[in-house]
Amino acid sequence: MEKETKKVKKEMRTPIESGCPDGFQYMHPTMRKNFGRWKYHEHPKPGVLKHVSKSDEEIWTVRAGTQRILDVYTLRKLCDIGDEFADGYVRFTIRSNIEYMVKDATKVDPLISALEKEGFIVGGTKNSVAMIAHTQGWLHCDIPGTDASGVVKSMMDELIDEFKNNEMPNRVHMTTSCCQINCGGQGDIAINIQHTKPPKINHDLVSNVCERPSVVARCPVAAIRPAIVNGKPSLEVDEKKCICCGACYPPCPPMQINDPEHSKLAIWVGGNHSNARTKPTFQKLVAAGIPNNPPRWPEATAIVKRILKVYKDDARDWERINDWIDRIGWPRFFELTELPFTKYHIDNWRGGRKTLNSSAYIRF
Amino acid sequence: MKKHDTPMLDNLEEGPWPSFISGIKKLRDDHPDDRVNAVNNDLLGQLEHSYETRKGYWKGGTVSVYGYGGGIIPRFSEVGKQFPASKEFHTLRVQPPAGNYYTTDMLRKLADSWEKFGSGLVTFHGQTGNIMFIGATTENTQHFFDEINDYGFDLGGAGPCVRTGMSCVGAGRCEMSNINEHKAHRLLVNNFTDDIHRPALPYKFKFKVSGCPNDCMNSIERADMSVIGTWRDDIKVDQEEFKKYVAKKGRKHVIDNIVTRCPTNAISLNDDDTIVIDNQNCVKCMHCLNVVPKALHPGDDKGATVLIGGKRTLKIGDLMGTVIVPFMKLESEEDWEKLVEIAENTIDFWAENALEHERCGEMIERIGLINYLEGIGIDAEPNMVAHPRESSYVRLDDWDDEAVKWYEKADSKKDTA
Repeated sequence: MEKETKKVKKEMRTPIESGCPDGFQYMHPTMRKNFGRWKYHEHPKPGVLKHVSKSDEEIWTVRAGTQRILDVYTLRKLCDIGDEFADGYVRFTIRSNIEYMVKDATKVDPLISALEKEGFIVGGTKNSVAMIAHTQGWLHCDIPGTDASGVVKSMMDELIDEFKNNEMPNRVHMTTSCCQINCGGQGDIAINIQHTKPPKINHDLVSNVCERPSVVARCPVAAIRPAIVNGKPSLEVDEKKCICCGACYPPCPPMQINDPEHSKLAIWVGGNHSNARTKPTFQKLVAAGIPNNPPRWPEATAIVKRILKVYKDDARDWERINDWIDRIGWPRFFELTELPFTKYHIDNWRGGRKTLNSSAYIRF
Repeated sequence: MKKHDTPMLDNLEEGPWPSFISGIKKLRDDHPDDRVNAVNNDLLGQLEHSYETRKGYWKGGTVSVYGYGGGIIPRFSEVGKQFPASKEFHTLRVQPPAGNYYTTDMLRKLADSWEKFGSGLVTFHGQTGNIMFIGATTENTQHFFDEINDYGFDLGGAGPCVRTGMSCVGAGRCEMSNINEHKAHRLLVNNFTDDIHRPALPYKFKFKVSGCPNDCMNSIERADMSVIGTWRDDIKVDQEEFKKYVAKKGRKHVIDNIVTRCPTNAISLNDDDTIVIDNQNCVKCMHCLNVVPKALHPGDDKGATVLIGGKRTLKIGDLMGTVIVPFMKLESEEDWEKLVEIAENTIDFWAENALEHERCGEMIERIGLINYLEGIGIDAEPNMVAHPRESSYVRLDDWDDEAVKWYEKADSKKDTA
């Protein structure tokens, strides 16, 4: 027996700890040649960028939205298009769009036609609604309150024209997240799960599954304490203190936070990672209590569309959603979007006082 | 094979945006390998069950490849009896090439390897920046890894460890690039391969690199260590191009969209339609360069700003990264070594001083920026703050010594200049 184990171990292959590969080897030759020597870019039409180098060489980029969770057939189809109509070089954007880079401007239109013929959506550049950044959800995550992929598919079906056109005041980056860890990240508009009830605890399992002191330490409001329940060591939650954040659930799955009815969607706006015009900003809560309603989540989509419409009508060129609201003020935002402003919009977390209006600045 | 009914998922095949459900069905119906058909059938069955009950049914566990402790997200189904073919459905996090560049040849090679061992589902990329190969059994994670590791791919981070990094399109295509983003990304991450593959840190630690303050990698918000390209000399102006822009768009447009949008009022428009920039007060926000990329460009004295401590809510609330190095050159080997040294010192200090599950920014919030700066040997300076202290509750024991240090430093700068 011991010999056998040794034999198996001997056959195991030692990993090559090569880390992050060099992207240079996969870069289009024109980009390699002009690395660090680009002069300017133009935006001839939605989904297309033209970059010109200091030696007047051009590289044309065509950007397309996909389903993000790619099957190998779709991946190969994207490769086929790249081989036939582009030069066989691609990259992916941070929002999971695919980009083809070609040297020859005449290749751009046939490439676009080929992508569109196969059902991919060309766009997502400049002042469009970009592809919604998201994570796994029910398809793969261990703690999801919803299915980000489904929410995104449903919303992009309805926002597709805004992806394909450049009619927004500035770019709109949207994100979705299936729990409050917020893997989708900050967004101009973020659609995130917000739990509304404390975790339901399976006391029979806690002592076997959970390292209790680390679960106690994980709670942001110290609402969890060790307890003996039905004669077994377990944990209890002070439900008055609990903020239903779900932080205890990953380290202790018997503390189930997801609830088919009480896990709701919330919508946040004004997150902006860029330093342009203002320092980067975090997103702010605007709507909550939205039903988590598969397979199409129509209530959440309706609110997103309403916010986008008001932003599109009212914001000035180059204003991101945070810039726009900074100019018009929050009362006007709630008035224009017809969303209710409630006591829950007022921040009471530590540091929340700096979010209050400590001035006589009021718009009438 | 009996196909599961999926009426709710079928609904997601409607509509103009490409459907991930159609892709999973194609693997279920058309793939020549029975194993792939069965895995995707049961995956659809479990996903439909989630849609009906509005709950997830995956649980974590412990899976890794030989020699590593992380890099794989283990998933075991809680409803594996109903959906046995996908009951082990682990994700391999694989580090993409810096800048997310690929040839179609390489993508095909990865697809070929993946369908041999996995579900055939893959994402470019997850939110940490990895290629996500979604769905392999415990045994096959090893086989798949062995195969792709042989041709140059390695696992990323998962768990309390240094995570996979991210860098923007960068100098490969962007005129706003101020540094070699991919070099910064690879130097930082590849210096910590041991800390990526063997999770033993207080919590996750992320590097992200953006070539300019547009910060396309969201590094200030999302990275424990953010490296952002910038420059410290004047914005380069092509006045002829600028005048052409004014002629095309009109003065009102230029005033409304450029002059008045400058956050430090550093721009004015001359009567002859040329632009004047008060470069000393430019904060490199990027707005005017974004509006007129043909006329305005970053200067020649390029380098990077380093910020530490960005993260999302859990546990103490959202934190933006904050400046610890306002400007450093990234040209000579010594410059690059200095950048890596800042990362090493930060991770060592954090590993030593953080509580369990405490991000670097949270530690700094708890102990104060100064304790961290002293720990890694960086002097305080005014670019690190939005404004000086407001609270008078402070002891000033060494004020005089500190003031002398400030003047001495200023003098030595004068001497070298």
